[in-house]
Order: sequence, then C-alpha cells, then structure tokens
Amino acid sequence: MESLIGLLVAAPLLGAALLLVGGRRLDRFGHWLATGLAALSFALAVVLFVDMLGRDGGDRALSQHLYSWVPVSGFQADIAFQLDQLSMTFVLLITSVGTLIHLYSVGYMEHDVRRRRFFAYLNLFLAAMLILVLADNYLLLYVGWEGVGLASFLLIGFWQHKPSAATAAKKAFVVNRVGDVGLAIAIFLMFSTFGTFAFSPVLSTAEQASEGTLTAIGLMLLLAACGKSAQVPLQSWLGDAMEGPTPVSALIHAATMVTAGVYLVVRSGAIFDGAPAAQTVVVVVGAVTLLFGAIVGCAKDDIKKALAGSTMSQIGYMMLAAGLGPIGYVFAIMHLVTHGFFKAGLFLGAGSVMHGMNDEVDMRRYGGLRKYMPVTFVTMGLGYLAIIGFPYLSGFFSKDEIIYAAFGKGGAEGWILGGVTLLGAALTAYYMTRIMLMTFFGEKRWVKDAEGNDPHPHESPLSMTVPMIVLAVGSVGAGFVFNLNHSFVDWLSPVVATADGNSPVSHGMVSVLATVLMLVGVGAAWFQYGRRPIPEVAPTGVWITRAARRDLLQDDFNHAAFVTPGSYLTRGLVYVDHKLVDGVVNGTAAGFGGLSGRLRKVQNGFARSYAASMFGGAAILIAVTLLMRAV
Amino acid sequence: MSFPLLTATVLAPAIGAVATAAVPSARRNLAKWVALTASLVTAVLAILVLIRFEPGGDRYQLTESHAWIPAFGVRYELGVDGIAVALVALTAVLIPFLIGAGWNDADPKEGETPAGKRWRPTQGFFALILMVEAMVVMSFVATDIFLFYIFFEAMLIPMYFLIGGFGDRAGEHSENGQAKQRTYAAVKFLLYNLAGGLIMLAAVIGLYVATADLPGGSTFSLQAIAEARASGELTFAQNTERFLFLGFFIAFAIKAPLWPVHTWLPNAMGESTAPVAVLITAVVDKVGTFAMLRFCLGLFPEASAWATPVVIVLALISIIYGALLALGQRDMKRLIAYASISHFGFIILGIFAMTSQGQTGATLYMVNHGIATAALMLVAGFLITRRGSRLIADYGGVQKTAPILAGTFLIGGLATLSLPGTGPFVSEFLVLVGTFTRYPVAGIVACAGIVLAALYVLILYQRTMTGPVRPELSRMPDLRPRELAVVAPLIAMLIFLGVFPRPLTDIVDPAVQHTLSDVGESDPEPELEARR
Amino acid sequence: MSPENYLHLAALLFTIGACGVLLRRNAIVVFMSIELMLNAANLALVTFSRMHGNLDGQIMAFFVMVVAAAEVVVGLAIIVMVYRSRHSASVDDASLMKL
Repeated sequence: MESLIGLLVAAPLLGAALLLVGGRRLDRFGHWLATGLAALSFALAVVLFVDMLGRDGGDRALSQHLYSWVPVSGFQADIAFQLDQLSMTFVLLITSVGTLIHLYSVGYMEHDVRRRRFFAYLNLFLAAMLILVLADNYLLLYVGWEGVGLASFLLIGFWQHKPSAATAAKKAFVVNRVGDVGLAIAIFLMFSTFGTFAFSPVLSTAEQASEGTLTAIGLMLLLAACGKSAQVPLQSWLGDAMEGPTPVSALIHAATMVTAGVYLVVRSGAIFDGAPAAQTVVVVVGAVTLLFGAIVGCAKDDIKKALAGSTMSQIGYMMLAAGLGPIGYVFAIMHLVTHGFFKAGLFLGAGSVMHGMNDEVDMRRYGGLRKYMPVTFVTMGLGYLAIIGFPYLSGFFSKDEIIYAAFGKGGAEGWILGGVTLLGAALTAYYMTRIMLMTFFGEKRWVKDAEGNDPHPHESPLSMTVPMIVLAVGSVGAGFVFNLNHSFVDWLSPVVATADGNSPVSHGMVSVLATVLMLVGVGAAWFQYGRRPIPEVAPTGVWITRAARRDLLQDDFNHAAFVTPGSYLTRGLVYVDHKLVDGVVNGTAAGFGGLSGRLRKVQNGFARSYAASMFGGAAILIAVTLLMRAV
Repeated sequence: MSFPLLTATVLAPAIGAVATAAVPSARRNLAKWVALTASLVTAVLAILVLIRFEPGGDRYQLTESHAWIPAFGVRYELGVDGIAVALVALTAVLIPFLIGAGWNDADPKEGETPAGKRWRPTQGFFALILMVEAMVVMSFVATDIFLFYIFFEAMLIPMYFLIGGFGDRAGEHSENGQAKQRTYAAVKFLLYNLAGGLIMLAAVIGLYVATADLPGGSTFSLQAIAEARASGELTFAQNTERFLFLGFFIAFAIKAPLWPVHTWLPNAMGESTAPVAVLITAVVDKVGTFAMLRFCLGLFPEASAWATPVVIVLALISIIYGALLALGQRDMKRLIAYASISHFGFIILGIFAMTSQGQTGATLYMVNHGIATAALMLVAGFLITRRGSRLIADYGGVQKTAPILAGTFLIGGLATLSLPGTGPFVSEFLVLVGTFTRYPVAGIVACAGIVLAALYVLILYQRTMTGPVRPELSRMPDLRPRELAVVAPLIAMLIFLGVFPRPLTDIVDPAVQHTLSDVGESDPEPELEARR
Repeated sequence: MSPENYLHLAALLFTIGACGVLLRRNAIVVFMSIELMLNAANLALVTFSRMHGNLDGQIMAFFVMVVAAAEVVVGLAIIVMVYRSRHSASVDDASLMKL
C-alpha cells in the first residue's frame, strides 16, 4: 500500500512533464490525458482511503521513504511521504476537487490555443500540492510549498499578454516568497534546535524546547501561513490573483492552495501548543483577516474579487480556529473541507456566468440571469446557502463549531472572538446575498462587449455543469456527514490534538445566534440590492465603502511602505555604485593620470633646468649623507 | 606509473587551442569543430576523473608530483579533492555548451569581410576559450601554490582578449562607442585582477620566506605545508599569518568578486558576448571562491577565523547590494551580472560559516550557479542576438512569438531564484542552514536575498516576455535546434541536481570535512536530542 | 702650505663652473664651465692623492682628462651642427627634446 503514495504524486507530475515536453503533437488529447491522470490520482487516493478505514485509528498512518535527498554530515533531508488521517483528508479534497476542475476546464478552456499548457500547469499544481500535504518533513513540505507557488504564478499569469495578469502573477509569487522566507527560517530554527526537521521527531520533542524558541518557530510558521493563505499582512496578492482563468481561482485560490497555511498551523500544532504567545498572534491574524476579507467582499463589484474577499474571510475563520489550539484544530480542518466544496462550486458558478457573458466580471452588468442559466443558478444557490450557514447545510455545521470554539477560549478573549466570528457570519450572509442578487435577480443590465457583441447568456456545456453539480452536492451534504456521530472529529483525533472548550454560551445558543445574524445579513442585502434596481455606476458611498473598494488601501500602504522607498533605494544604489564604488577606482586611475600629466611638465627640454635639477638632487643627497653621519 | 589523468585533462584543451588557432583562415567552420571536439574530449576526461575519484579515499587523489624549479622548491604537483573534482567537472561540461552557444558569435558580420579574405577572429575566439579552460582546470588541480599562482594570473591574458575583442554588438552606443566600452571593460577587468594578483604574489613570496626554516627548505606544496603544520615543524607568527591570509584573500575576493571590489564584473559581463560572460561568471570566478576554500582556509586557519566576522559582513552586503542593484538595471546582461554578485555573496557566506552544511552548500552552489547562470545568460544571449539590443525596455511579449525561448528563459530564471526542484535550491538552502546554525542573524539577513531574487528575476521575465507583443519582435524566430541543444541539457542538469544531488554531495562532503578539520571547527550541536 | 687650501680652491672652481652652467646661455661658455668643473674635480683628486700618499687619485685624474677630451670632441661637434642649422649657440633655443 505504501508504494501507492509515491504514485499518487507521480501521476500528475508525469502529466505535467509529458504535456510540457511533448509539444504540439499532444494538443489534441493532452487535456484528456491530464484529466485522466488527475482522476487516476483520485482513484489511488480512494483506494488508500478505503485501506486506511480498514485499520484501527491508532495505526492508520502510512509512510514511504523514497530516497535520501540531501545527505550532508549532520543534515538529513529525505524524499519521504507520510499519509495519516490529516494528509488523507487533504489528499481526498485536492484530488477530488482537482479532478472536477480538470473536467470543468476541458469545457472552459476549449477555445484557448494554449490549452495544453494550461493543463500541464494544473497537473503541476496537483503534484506540488500533494507533495505539500504528503511530505514527512518540513523541507519537503517547503518544496511543495514553493511548487504550488510556482504553479499559482504560472496560472495567474496564464494570459500573459495581459499586462495586468503578468503583474498579478509576479505580485503573488513575490508576496508568497516573503512568507516562504518565514518557513525557511522556521526550518533553520528547527534544525539548530532539534537537529532535524522531520515531522515526528520535531513534534514529539517540541515540548522540551524553550518557550522562546517555540514562539519564534511558531511566528515564522505563521508568516509562511500568512503568505500562502492571504492573511493580513500578506493578503494583498489574492485579489489580483483573480486575473487567472476562473478554474484556477476555484482550485488554487479558493479550495486548496490558499488553505495550505491552515494545514501548516494544524500540522505544527505541537509547536503552537507550547507557544501561547504565537497562538494569540495566530488568532489575532485570523480575526483581523476574517473582518478584512468580509468588508472587502461587501464592496467589490467584480464577482471574482468579491468571492476572493470571501475566501480570505473564510480562511480567517480557519486560521482563528487553528489558533485556538486543540479546541479548534479539527474544526479548522472541517471548515477547510466544506469551504473547499462550496467555494470551488461558487467560483465555478462565477466562471460559468462569465463564460455566458463574454467574460464580463462586473456584477453591475449582470442581472436576471437565473432564467438563462438554471443549472448555474441552482448549483451556485446551494453553494450560497452552504456558505452563509443555512441550517443543516455544510457551512452551518463547520462555522458554528468554530464560533462555539471561539467562545470556548474563555474569558474576555472568548467573548471578543465569539463576537468577531458572529459579526463575520452576518457579513458573510450580506456579501453573498449581494452577489446572488446582483447576478441572478433584478433587471438585465447587460452591455455590449469590446467588439460590440451582445451577450447571449446560455447554460454551459456538460463538462462544466457536471463538476458544478457534484460540488453542489458536496456543499449540501458534507457538513451533515461530517457531523454524523462526530465522524470527522473521531477520524482526525488520533493525529490532531482535540479538547473541549469551556464556552459560556451553549451550543444551541450559538446556532440560534448565528442563524439570526445570518438572516439579518440577508435582510440587509435584500434591503439594499433586492428591493430596488441597482445603479449601473456604483454610487460613491461612504468612506468605508470607498476604502473597501480599494482593498482597504492595502496596495496604497504597500506602495508607500515598500515599493516606493525600495525603488528609490535601488536607484540610489545604482548611482552610488556608479559614482562612489566605481568612482573610487576610476578616481584613483584619473588621479594617477593627472599626476603623470603634472610630472610630464618637468621635462621642459631646457638643458639648464635639467642641470639645475641635477645639482639640486646632488646637493640634497650630500646634505642627507652628511646629516646621517652627524646623527 | 599510472596514466597522468589530470595532466591529460589540462593538456587536452591546451592542444585543442593550438590546433584551433592553426586552422587556415579560409576554413573557419573547421576551427569550430576542432574546438568542439577538443572540449568534448576534455569533458570525457573530466568525467573519467569523476569516476576514478573515490569519495571515501585519500584527501587528494590522482596525484602527480615532479620537481620543476628545485632551486625555489617549486614542484609540478597535481591532485584533486572532492571540491576540485566537482569544479573540474563543471568547467569541462560547461565549455562544450559555451562553444555551441557561441557558434556564430565570432563570424564576420554581414559585409564585414569580402569572401576569401583572411578572417582569423573565429579561430582566435575558440582558441582563447579553450586556453581559458586549460588554465582554469590547471588552477583547480594544482596543489603547488606557485603553480596555481602562475595559472591564476595567466588566465587574465586570454580573458582580456575575449572581453576586449569580441562584443555582442548590442550596446546602447554607436559602433565606435561600443568598442570604447569594450576596451574600458577589458582594461578594468585586467587592472582589477592584476592588482589582486600582485598582492597575492607578495603573499606567495612571503610564504616562501616563512617556510624557509623547514628541514627540506622552502616549499610551495600544499600537502607538505599542511603536514609540517600538523607536526608542529612549521608555525606562523600571528601577524605573518594574518598578512599572508589577507594577501591571498584579497586576490580571491576580487576574482570572486566580493563587495566592494565587484565593479569590474558588470562591465565585463555586459560588454562581452553571452558565452564569454558565462565563462567569466560560471567558470573563471569560481577559481576565486574555490581558492578561498583550498588556500585561505587550508593554509591559514587561525587568520581565517580572525577574518570571519568581516568576511561574513562583506558577504551579506554583497548578497543584498547585488540583488538591489540587479533590480535597478536596464541592461539584462548587467542585471544577470549583479545577480551573480549576490550569488557569490551566498557562496562566500557558506564558506566562512565554517559548517559542513555551509561549505558543502557553497561548493554545490558553485556548480549550480554555474549551470543556472549559463542557462539564463545563454538564452538571454540568443534573445539579444535576435533583437540587437541588451536593454530590457526594448523587449515585450516574447512568449507569444517565441514560447520555447521564453520557457527556457523562465526555467533559467527560476533556477536563479533557487526554486525547489532545481539545483540552486539545494545549495542555497544548505548555505543558509549552515550559516544559521552558527550565525543566526546573518542567516536571517541573507534570507532577504531570497525575496529580492524573486523580484529581479520575475520583473525581468515580466518586462521582456509578457504583455503585448512589440511590433519589432512580431517575426522573431523561436529557438533553433542548435540553441535548443545547448539549453535543454543545461536545464536537465539543473533539474537532476535539484531532485537527486547525491552524486555531488557524496563527493563534496568528505572533502569539506577535511577542510573543516584544517580549520579546527566542528558543526554546532543542536540544543536538544530529538527523538527519532 | 697645507694641502687643504687646494681643496678650497677646487671647491671654488667647481662652484664657478656650476654657476656658469646654470646661468649662461651660450653653449660654448656652458661647455667651458663644464671643463672648469671637471678640472676642479681633477684638482681635488690630485690633492687627495697627495694627502693619502697613494696614486689612485692621480690615475683617476688621467681618466677624467681623457674622458673630458673625448667629450669635447663630441660636444663641440654637436654644438657646431646645431649652430649651423639654427644660427644660434644658445642652449635655450635647442629645447626640442620634450613632449
């Protein structure tokens, strides 16, 4: 069974290599090859899952040691995989959603001449993401971590001829690199503390390390998680990343890659448990991002950017839960999985809408689409109900558990976090309702596209709708299944620490509160967008709306704090290098040149001045000799 | 006596150089083939060296030793340790690709010479490249300091002509201005390195004087000096050792190049043709960092420990300064040159971290940087030849017209920014880990280089390859078979060394242990004993 | 009479010759001044020979005379040539050997 783990990774990796090297002759069937390999990966995952279920909770983990990667004295890095329940959860999510999105892309990218490359990159992403979650040490995880970053870069910038896409791709990679440095430093710290960076020795020895060390490692891991999961302060790339094709946004920037930060924090739970200060920072980051993303999501008119704000906000929930420690880990993962389903579904729905509307993304130019795209409307509607936490759909279970766990933190902290998560629930309901109302209800506000074509909204082909339907089913049912007899908690508890919080508010009370606030959010959105027609040009709005449209000034801040000073610094240094460092050398050369020019003048051709210098020299020599003798 | 394999590895390119130069002027294509054959023979010999070398065996292997100038104790002594083997292999493997990439670089320009007229630069170009190769290999295998010094210095002569004589005809200036720029670059290169060489000559003479008390008289033999030091027959006064160390180190720092003696590199790399630029940064400069490991640390351990803090700071400045300047460049070859300065900072940081990981990483870095820069620079060279400009602003949207060129450029760039899965990642990570365990702050500061590398590589890629296609580039041809044959194996090597670097680490690690024991350092122990 | 007086005389003659070389422009006069300096040196040599009681100085003086004679032959020839071509015997006019 162990040997299948390697195959799981190898299949999409092979696909990527074949499609990239194979050239044009694969154009005709390359996309099906890629989809098939993704499906093969999924099939292997299912086989491994069934096999895993056949064993007891305690010994479900499998490991496969492929080879020693970088053996240097005192330093051991292996290519080795570890498949436990936590990894399995991710593998199933990644391969299932991944396969569905491959299928969806067959339809979505049908008319793109570079479709083969697109599928190669998708396969590359799958392989890297699987390495990330299957690695048994932090260095291999780092490989996957940067690998998904590369795939994300390639896919965001897939339409490279658009300067905005190329810029967004670069921005995503560079901001992620800042986070990657955090992961690298965390690995350095582990190596100098524990002498290794493999999961099991580090995590089992973590309690012996000093709190200061653990806090440092924890904060560095959090930096990494912030980069990958678009958490404040490294959130700025996610909105721009929507420049990529929509299936990419669904797979990478909603369902899987952006949640890797949560995986990292949960996986490193033993480190965070020994570093309460770091945990507090995680919680704060999660809470801030939760509100930040929600506020941005409320103001955006671009359907994908609104959804991106929502993604940030939902990952904020997960991060907050992960920061709560053992009382939240399981629910962070649970929300991650349910979110994977409904957010991927929502993005695919958005893609389907754009597909029918000549790639228009401005929701102010949609309206009344429910009649033209019934399947899209229904599947997206189910995803919508799931995300806002409609009772007994996925989001209801996973989000309520997080809110309950937040209260369970206890004390004033518990009240604040509980309040923030509840507020987030209301905002979620508001912005999601806004999206649905602006897209599917109201009057038609369609406009001609750049070439003057009228939009002819139509339902998307089967290859696109089938994945949407499957994901909608997942959005509806996943939470219920997970909550049946605590199946999800029992499944993860052997590998992820669990504990009960001491919430001052009862579980039922939380559900009621969350549902009421959800209804308030829906009502507010209906009041604003459902009751009256939507203006085609956005009203100016109050200051917070204007700020939220500009992503709460994140880019203005980054520009003022980093980009502008940075470019001045580089320009200054170029000048310094040319004038000062080089100048010293060139100056020395010029100095010698000038000196020899002066000395040359002494050779004036007059015999008598030569004679005078001879006499002078002789006199000085004699004087010196005499002086020396006198001394 | 066994076959003198190392001498053969040096002689093959030397003979090739003479043969290439002797090809009649009318048959310049023959000269190219002669040069390519000679470089391939050298590569085969170098691979033989690699195979014959036993990682667990003696420190120096395949040794040869003959008296040369007995009056001064100068010997013809050759030998390789793991570090030298890796670099000899790098050099010998890279040169055929450089020759392939520069196949048409020294041909007469359209209308420059009437048919049948004498045209010798082609022969000269390839002969000079082979000459440099012979000298570089000799510097790697010489274990006699005087012998090393001679070739270390003699390398400047062919390099001077390669930089000054063959430009890429793509600068900002007029034909005349370009010639002026080239001369300036060549003279600057020569003066900088000569200055370093002179200081080193003084140190070599100093070493001769300092070893005069040995029973066998003065010696330049690395092994003899090491043995004498180990047995206590030879001790240096503290100041003598420090001055000698400085003499050697300054020469190597200029060659490497380390901030603030780096300014010759952007000029030299910017003005020369792409293969020559690769030759400078990937091969010739490696002699500097290699010699730091072998001579500075091996001969003067105490002085090395004394100088470490300063060297570490200079290396950190190089890393960040080089990267920031790369960001500010308008000329893509100068950008790559400044990136190299940043990377040499990493190499020197790894060497002076004095840990197994740091030094193994530094050695791997030398090899990987050579291949990665070659890939990036040669593709940049192909691009420049097509458009006739080195300015980044003159490009845009290349990926649309020449996707394979853009793809290989991206892979070269990603390797330059040390993406996992490519060789440079392994080496950069080792260097950083090795540095961090001893100097945490330096390790963290160096990490800034990682972020900046992503910035300058991706900005270069974005500005040249993406966006709308510029009208001048709309008919640009994609990579030709010859060009692809040059770049594809380099990329394959990069990926192989990133996924499976063991062949290299197995050879280098034992050699690094010897160097560390020379210096008397051992790796810092982890704070805790982790449960396995 | 003390032989030191000869040395004083030699020093005086040398100084006169040196001043002549530095101050006069006419090549012939400069030449004569050089001869004066040479002869002052000869006088000193002979005096030292006398003072130390060996012949080294006198032999040296003969060498000087021979060299001086040879110099006069070459030097005068050059001066004559210069005069013929430039119609001047001033050393300042012949300042051609400069950059």
